[in-house]
Amino acid sequence: MTDLAPSMGGSVHRTARAEVRLRRRYAAERRLKWYGIAAVVIALAMLLALLGSIGAKGYGAFLQTYVELEVLLDAEVIDPAGTRARQALSAADYQVLASRALYVRFPDVTQRRARRELRAIVSPGAGFALRRMVLDDPTLIGGTVTLSAPVGDDIDQLAKGAIDRSAEQGRRVSDQQIGWFDALTAAGLIETRFNAGFFATADSRQPELAGIWGATVGSLYTLVVTALLAFPIGVAAAIYLEEFAAKTRLTDVIEVNINNLAAVPSIIFGLLGLMVFIQFFGLPRSAPLVGGMVLALMTLPTIIIAGRAALKAVPPSIREAALGMGASPLQVVTHHVLPLAMPGILTGAIIGMARALGETAPLLMIGMVAFVTAVPDGITDPGTVLPVQIYLWSDSPERGFIAKASAATLVLLAFLILMNGLAVWLRKKFERRW
Amino acid sequence: MPATVLAAVLLLLSVYGYFTGRRRAVALAGGEPRRLHSVPGYHGVFVALWCALPALVLMVLWLAVAPWLIDGLVLRTLPEGLADGGEAQVRLLMTDIRNLASGDIASRRPDPKLLDAAAHYSNLQGLSRWALFAVGTALAALGLAGARTRVTPRFRARNRVEAIVGGLLVLCSTLAIVTTFGIVLSLLFESLRFFAKVPFSEFLFGLKWSPQMALRADQVGSSGSFGAVPLFAGTVLVSLIAMAVAVPVGLLSAIYLSDYAPRRIRAAVKPALEVLAGIPTVVYGFFAILTVAPVFRDIGAFLGLNVSANSALAAGVVMGIMIVPFISSLSDDVINAVPQSLRDGSAALGATTAETVRQVVLPAALPGIVGAVLLAASRAIGETMIVVMAAGLAANLTANPFEAVTTVTVQIATLLVGDQEFDSAKTLSAFALGLVLFAATLCLNVIALRVVQRYRERYD
Repeated sequence: MTDLAPSMGGSVHRTARAEVRLRRRYAAERRLKWYGIAAVVIALAMLLALLGSIGAKGYGAFLQTYVELEVLLDAEVIDPAGTRARQALSAADYQVLASRALYVRFPDVTQRRARRELRAIVSPGAGFALRRMVLDDPTLIGGTVTLSAPVGDDIDQLAKGAIDRSAEQGRRVSDQQIGWFDALTAAGLIETRFNAGFFATADSRQPELAGIWGATVGSLYTLVVTALLAFPIGVAAAIYLEEFAAKTRLTDVIEVNINNLAAVPSIIFGLLGLMVFIQFFGLPRSAPLVGGMVLALMTLPTIIIAGRAALKAVPPSIREAALGMGASPLQVVTHHVLPLAMPGILTGAIIGMARALGETAPLLMIGMVAFVTAVPDGITDPGTVLPVQIYLWSDSPERGFIAKASAATLVLLAFLILMNGLAVWLRKKFERRW
Repeated sequence: MPATVLAAVLLLLSVYGYFTGRRRAVALAGGEPRRLHSVPGYHGVFVALWCALPALVLMVLWLAVAPWLIDGLVLRTLPEGLADGGEAQVRLLMTDIRNLASGDIASRRPDPKLLDAAAHYSNLQGLSRWALFAVGTALAALGLAGARTRVTPRFRARNRVEAIVGGLLVLCSTLAIVTTFGIVLSLLFESLRFFAKVPFSEFLFGLKWSPQMALRADQVGSSGSFGAVPLFAGTVLVSLIAMAVAVPVGLLSAIYLSDYAPRRIRAAVKPALEVLAGIPTVVYGFFAILTVAPVFRDIGAFLGLNVSANSALAAGVVMGIMIVPFISSLSDDVINAVPQSLRDGSAALGATTAETVRQVVLPAALPGIVGAVLLAASRAIGETMIVVMAAGLAANLTANPFEAVTTVTVQIATLLVGDQEFDSAKTLSAFALGLVLFAATLCLNVIALRVVQRYRERYD
């Protein structure tokens, strides 16, 4: 084409300047396309980096290193009085027994400092496990039991290869501890397996004992309160605004309000909850009840907007037919329009709930950041939720907690994927074109 | 807990009310429902509503008012000399009494007078609970009986029920207004208390922010200073960085997806971008401190720059990633709303796709895009978790993105987390900051919604 151009000199579109211009225009065209591709690639790369880095750090927390110990349940330590009273049994120091099992295995360690380092191999969780065993079956006292106890966090990191073995300087594990650990490994007493405790316990000061069950239950309670409040109120408001409200100044104000509330920063809702629910009504701090109420106020605009869209999608012919059959306006809505709009409303509500599940900032304001080691029993017990737990753990200096935070993030993302998947499925299954 | 029991009793009573109302209607009609004005079910619902609603209203009011009454009664019985130290001391005293009553371990040995008061307090509390239970149940029973006598064949039960339900619907929809009022009032009320201690002009124009109040008056720096300009500057800096990342990436992906991408790529990429929107902000914050901040620091060290561990850059970039899907999906909507005829016309004149996008589509979609950008900016300003985790705590008036800055939301979060007394300027300042934040985001939202709406009207 290009070498033909000069010979066709008659056309202004084939002059050399036109050729240059055309090339420039095509180059601009390609540039814009490549800019677009680059933008998409950047966004997707960031998504992958985010998921990848959290997955890489988090999978380790699903595994935990355990050490097998032959523990002598010494009656002198557990129950010196010999009464076998439950209170005495539960107050005894079981960690000493676990430590003694280690002293027996390494009899040449006698120095105080060395013994302290040796003790650090076993997590305080060993003591808790022994107490549970004894309380379940007091006849074990005096005998020897085999206990598979979690190791301390630093040793756990060592077992997972997260600690550099070459230099002792600035390392949280001493050479001596590495030696003991290797000896235990050689004896076949060290085992790394699935960390079931992570899904069964609440928060703890020890990374190897901390779990997400407490936060999961807290999230569940909070979300139930949110759903029970936000869904009925949101649907009712959507019905009124879409089906009944005449266009008056009041409904205009309500509409503008709802649109604005949907964009108010979530931390402001936290301030509202702090002032109104906790200061004014005196509801308990840190409780899933208050958290659920705050999140309900926050989710309400989302549900109302989704609900109105779903109601609007129901064609007017349905309403006219029902009215023609003699139904009252309320019957038209409850018997015909609402059932048809329900899948759409539910989809919007689930997406709103998913957002509430991931919300952190307003819950910080109402004190759901408390360090809670017990799984909450009800909606007024102090509790925490998954995102806040991630925040708390990510703030901790111990390495084990960073892994825990990543693992908790993976669990939270799994819940979110589940909820969004449900919403997509609902939409696909019940989507109806009129 | 009697409140839960009461709720259960109310539920049972209203179920009973439904069936008894229904049965009575059928019985009065002589077993021929067609003689009734309304279907029997409506008579049942009428009785059930009268049973449950008044008692529920009573319960809510009671739960709101009772703590105040109890506090007042306990304070009045306190011996002389305990509660005359001003409002703050009374508040402290009540907290002590409440903690003693609920059996929390007190750090110091409690005063016997306080123990008496605590016993009195828990007595009153128990009394209040049982009184609520008794009165609530009585009210429900009364409502049930009263409504039941009104059931006759000619009774317009449907109209009554529909009126009540209609009222409830209106009530639910006004909750949005109540929420807004609640936000404005609670922020305003506490802010006014703050401005009584710290002059308004110092807060708005002061250059030094150090809210830590000393416990004793003779300590250095005991007064604390509340000049919020460094916070505003920090917020603007982080938001600008975020927008600098999000606007080009979001807008260009929207253009690519709407005017260039083959259908299959569009179908795959759009949901992937929406995944970015669904990730909780705490996860972004975690990503920022875990991955992005160290990477930036290493790059900075490599280039000989001193990048802080809590640099504004890391927080801003991660926040930008968070906002990308927001901008791309909103702009995608408005770009798609530009009528195809405009594109076809442009193509017919010989324009390339790029020229069509730049000279036809973008100008037509501009108001919508501006609205999207404004909404995104309001998001960035109000975003909390990313900056709490990745930005600094110390107020630092700088425009250098490699340094640590703090933002309005970070300060609100840190000032109000943990133990707090509600009359120090330190905690109150959080509400003043909240008010500024609310006002700023509200302005942005209103302008953005206006712009978007005005645009929509043009092509409808």
